[in-house]
Amino acid sequence: MRWLLLKDLQILRRSPLQALLLVAYPVLIAVLVGFAISRSPEKPRIAFLNEVPSDTRVSVGGQQLPAAGVSDRICSRVECVDVKDRAQARDEVESGEVLAAVILPSDLVDKINSLGTLTPGVPRVEVLVNEEDPVKAQLVNERISTLLAQANLAIARRIATEGGHYLNLLVNGGNLRVIGQTVNILGLRATAQILGALEPALPPGPLRASLREVTGFATQARDNLNIAGPLIDRIAQPIVVKKEAVSGSSPPLEIFAIAVAATLTLAFVTVLLVAGSLALEREENAFSRLTRGLVSPLALLGEKVLLGMVVGLVVTLVMLAGMQLFVPLQWSRIGLWLLAILAGGGALAAAGAALGAAAREVRAVSLLAFMVTLPVAFLSLIPSGAVGSGLYDLVRIVTAIFPFKPALEAMTAALDSAGPGIGGPLAHLAILIVAYGLLARFALRRFAAV
Amino acid sequence: MRARGLVKTYGSREALRGVDLAADPGELVAIIGPNGAGKTTLLSILAGIMKPDGGDVGIDGGAVGWVPQQAALYRRLTVEENLLLFARLEGHEDPRASTEEMLELAGLGERRGEIVARLSGGNQQRINIAIGLLSRPAVLLLDEPSVGLDPRQRARLWEFVSGLAGRGTTVIFSTHDIQEAERYGRRLLVLADGESLFDGPAEELREAVRREAPEAADRDFETAFVAYLQHRGH
Repeated sequence: MRWLLLKDLQILRRSPLQALLLVAYPVLIAVLVGFAISRSPEKPRIAFLNEVPSDTRVSVGGQQLPAAGVSDRICSRVECVDVKDRAQARDEVESGEVLAAVILPSDLVDKINSLGTLTPGVPRVEVLVNEEDPVKAQLVNERISTLLAQANLAIARRIATEGGHYLNLLVNGGNLRVIGQTVNILGLRATAQILGALEPALPPGPLRASLREVTGFATQARDNLNIAGPLIDRIAQPIVVKKEAVSGSSPPLEIFAIAVAATLTLAFVTVLLVAGSLALEREENAFSRLTRGLVSPLALLGEKVLLGMVVGLVVTLVMLAGMQLFVPLQWSRIGLWLLAILAGGGALAAAGAALGAAAREVRAVSLLAFMVTLPVAFLSLIPSGAVGSGLYDLVRIVTAIFPFKPALEAMTAALDSAGPGIGGPLAHLAILIVAYGLLARFALRRFAAV
Repeated sequence: MRARGLVKTYGSREALRGVDLAADPGELVAIIGPNGAGKTTLLSILAGIMKPDGGDVGIDGGAVGWVPQQAALYRRLTVEENLLLFARLEGHEDPRASTEEMLELAGLGERRGEIVARLSGGNQQRINIAIGLLSRPAVLLLDEPSVGLDPRQRARLWEFVSGLAGRGTTVIFSTHDIQEAERYGRRLLVLADGESLFDGPAEELREAVRREAPEAADRDFETAFVAYLQHRGH
């Protein structure tokens, strides 16, 4: 078997384009994925025009809040490109230099302040977008909606905090600064205590009864407003999310991305190489000569699977080493990496051997390998809930039959120290190695026939 | 090598219908017949690649070397690498020495480092045969070895094959070229539609053709042979 393996490696070395692809492909994947996961998402470029006078303040219950915080908040989430006027904002959007333009009109704060009066206005933020590209338009709409929701939430929180502060003053008393003067507020709690202390001093009669009613009202108001305090706090964000993972434990995104890149590399290299190499034995007319007592068909299949595992291991390790430039990897887990790569490579190589034995011609094999591997890889990345339950069951069956998904699970488990164990995926891969090995052996029975 | 009553069917089609064959050491036997006569099927059964549905094959010691019609070698390897690989797979104790021996025998010692794909069809066929000889066969089976070769390459090939027979190797080859069979075969086995029509020396075949197709006796041997096949119902 070793001489056949040596022969296949010699042939591989003599095919510069094939060898180059085998090296270049994983390096390219590593660089692309590395850049994608090592850089934070690009902030969208937004032209920003703030026409609100700098000394304008948002008034909440007589308190003045600085308005400048709104623009700071927006510009912390997008890359703001300052423009001097509306014409420039429009030009920037039309030319595609920016995704959109956000204009805060000069009367924005006045309109916000009017919300607390009997003649409330409607505060408006102006947005200019370029909708020539539907995908881009959708992206802008989602970004702007998110930004406005966040701005509204921030204002609501600020108002709720101020409201809660005044409510606390009303219930418990304290000092309030009004137009530079400090005013002492007695508060409902102290009021009820004072009135309660006065009541025994009054003679029984209507006046005492009235005082008791006033004392009761003050006490009820205190108690109810105490309850209202937390309610006001919740106005800003009435619904909170309590998240509990009932199944699975997702790995960090960058680990998952590396596992996907490594498994894709392993899949394409092993399936294409093994399927092509087996078909080449037939195209070179060597299969009949080899299996005429020199090598058994099973040994030939074993050699091809071994070839796929060896080359897949080298190429995938090269790719992981490339990823190290972008994301630190736990090289102490290399034992598990090797296990995952070898098991995944073995199952993928066995599938490649079955494809090669079935298709028999190198060109047909290459086409078939792509047509099978690529869709199955995409199907394997579909999460539950993304499609209907019936369709997802079908996806699960398909992805369980082909080795890509268990290879991905094994790779993820090997890379992620906090993830689930690697035993399940390895057992799955072992079953697939045997199953595809048998299929390939069966297909070889008609392999040499014209 | 002895084969008796060989029968092979593909579905309802009978590829061989009770064919007998015998060949002695150093003998050159040509199996001749039109396309679809069963030549490759017969050689595949003699080589052990295919099992017959009836009959048996025996050989008095030694291995059987098999040289398929199309060169069965790796075109991206060099001449030497091909021979070395198959010598190793044959389990030779000193595969390098065997490789040297075959390079000399095939007359390709100076081209040992050349990639096979860059060699002519004739030279590829010589390596193909040399690989078949690595098992040191008592019997060498060649399936249409001269197909695709020009006259000069054919002449060199037959010189090489005749040399093997001269050293005691039994050579059984198939061809649909009657003149080639007559020139190089010491005995001819005529097959048509899986049936053995004749087994004997070329002179006896000429006699049989004259006898059974007298109207074509004055024509060239190939034309007379075709008339003979028609007289025999093929």
